[in-house]
Amino acid sequence: MSTIALLVITGLALGALYFLIASGLSLIWGLMRVLNFAHGAFFTVASYCAFIAAAALPAGGPWLHFLFAVAVGVGVGGVFAALTEVVLVRPLYERHVGQVLVTVGLALATTALVQGGFGADPRQLELPVWLTGTTTIFAAIPNSRLLTIAAAALVLVLLRFFLQRTRYGLIVRAGVENRAMVSALGIDVQRAFTLVFAIGGMAAGLAGVLAGAYYGTIDPFRGTAMLLFAFIVVVIGGLGSVTGSAVAAVIVGLLQQFLNFYAAAGTGDFAVVVLLAVVLLRRPGGLFGSAT
Amino acid sequence: MTNEPLLDVRELDVFIGESHILQNVSFAVREGGITGLLGRNGVGKTTTLRGILGLVRRTGSVRLAGEELTRLPVHEVVRRGVGYVPEDRDVFAGLTVAENLRLAERGSAPPRYDLVYELFPELRERAAQKAGTLSGGQQQMVSLARALLVPDNRILLIDEPTKGLSPLYVKNVADALQRAAMVATILLVEQNFGVASRLVGDAIVLDQGRVVFRGTIATLSADPELARQHLGLATAGHA
Repeated sequence: MSTIALLVITGLALGALYFLIASGLSLIWGLMRVLNFAHGAFFTVASYCAFIAAAALPAGGPWLHFLFAVAVGVGVGGVFAALTEVVLVRPLYERHVGQVLVTVGLALATTALVQGGFGADPRQLELPVWLTGTTTIFAAIPNSRLLTIAAAALVLVLLRFFLQRTRYGLIVRAGVENRAMVSALGIDVQRAFTLVFAIGGMAAGLAGVLAGAYYGTIDPFRGTAMLLFAFIVVVIGGLGSVTGSAVAAVIVGLLQQFLNFYAAAGTGDFAVVVLLAVVLLRRPGGLFGSAT
Repeated sequence: MTNEPLLDVRELDVFIGESHILQNVSFAVREGGITGLLGRNGVGKTTTLRGILGLVRRTGSVRLAGEELTRLPVHEVVRRGVGYVPEDRDVFAGLTVAENLRLAERGSAPPRYDLVYELFPELRERAAQKAGTLSGGQQQMVSLARALLVPDNRILLIDEPTKGLSPLYVKNVADALQRAAMVATILLVEQNFGVASRLVGDAIVLDQGRVVFRGTIATLSADPELARQHLGLATAGHA
């Protein structure tokens, strides 16, 4: 029982990290038809900026430092993403190959720059004591997992509120269906593009900081590694669907944890790819997406 | 009072791929009433509307009340007062009827919900229904309502609003267009000549991407040869 509880919570927490990255990717693809391979770079840059800024904070306890890191990570992720949209992606709308090349290039360049500046080795983080401890819920559950799940759940609620209850959310939902018609109603869809990029970057930045707490370290390559699974989550969940991303992230996280534990290590990752293939064959639009 | 047309299209050319779809299309639309943009299938009527809005790349000049529109992005063209009702309705299927209408709200004047619900009372009853679950006729109502809702719209570009509708909905839509013409100028693409001849005052006929007739619908109806040649009608005046 305790093993299952631990695997469930850990799988949910891993899924929560995937969701934080995938939700932005999904909205960006759904609205703008941009495959943003630079999304992992938002994660990486935000995590480094966050923990360096927190470490430089002259006063305050560990919690203040951590909360400051969260704020910096979210802010840096959002600004980096918005700049990426305005400077690199916007000139290449309708040029999909160009978009892929520029976002892949940015991802590679960012990883190389971070590696050059801070080294390839993982950096140990100073975290609040509670975050390095455990809470007993059928098993000793690492508190960082609980925090990650709670944060992702909050982001899901906020994103759904944004999409369902605000005018910009309405524009994004409409734009996911038919961007040209949104423009034909007199709406500057370009602004929605920048906003969606920024929101995606903020979520990825939060994921970068929470992943630091989850693993206890940050490194230049984790963003890229997690991006692969986030893309799988986006496709399984349905392109453009935030709820779909949340459900798919939970499925992928749990599948990975259980199979990697009960079967051979790596089986979970393989099973996720098989699941992706099955979904693509049986339901090409994903669990919550349209068939197109 | 000025003689300047509300919409002045000059030497409009549109290429799609290798095809020269519109060739030197020029016409003017007077303020008030309904002007018909007529012609057989595939002669460039829809492309003309899309060219006016900037939804396709075009060269030439499009002026609304003297202001050049061709350098503006689509949303700015619309904000100048150009409403658009596309051929395929293009309602947002995953949004409710109310959300589809709310999305269209813009400008400083309050949206004309009274007019919209007077013309299409069904939309009030179906406000919470997903637009994708509506019938074709109901979706057409949503599409027309989005354009009519905005008091700032000076001209409405309406593309085949009766296409594929049952006779009952054709009548409803035709009645609504007649009423809409009291609050905005309409440039109407319509294949149903019976509907067009009832609604339209001035007519522009396109053939193979060129304007081949400018005049009144009465003149067009009275010339059986012209109607047969450019509209494919066996007898002018009959749909």
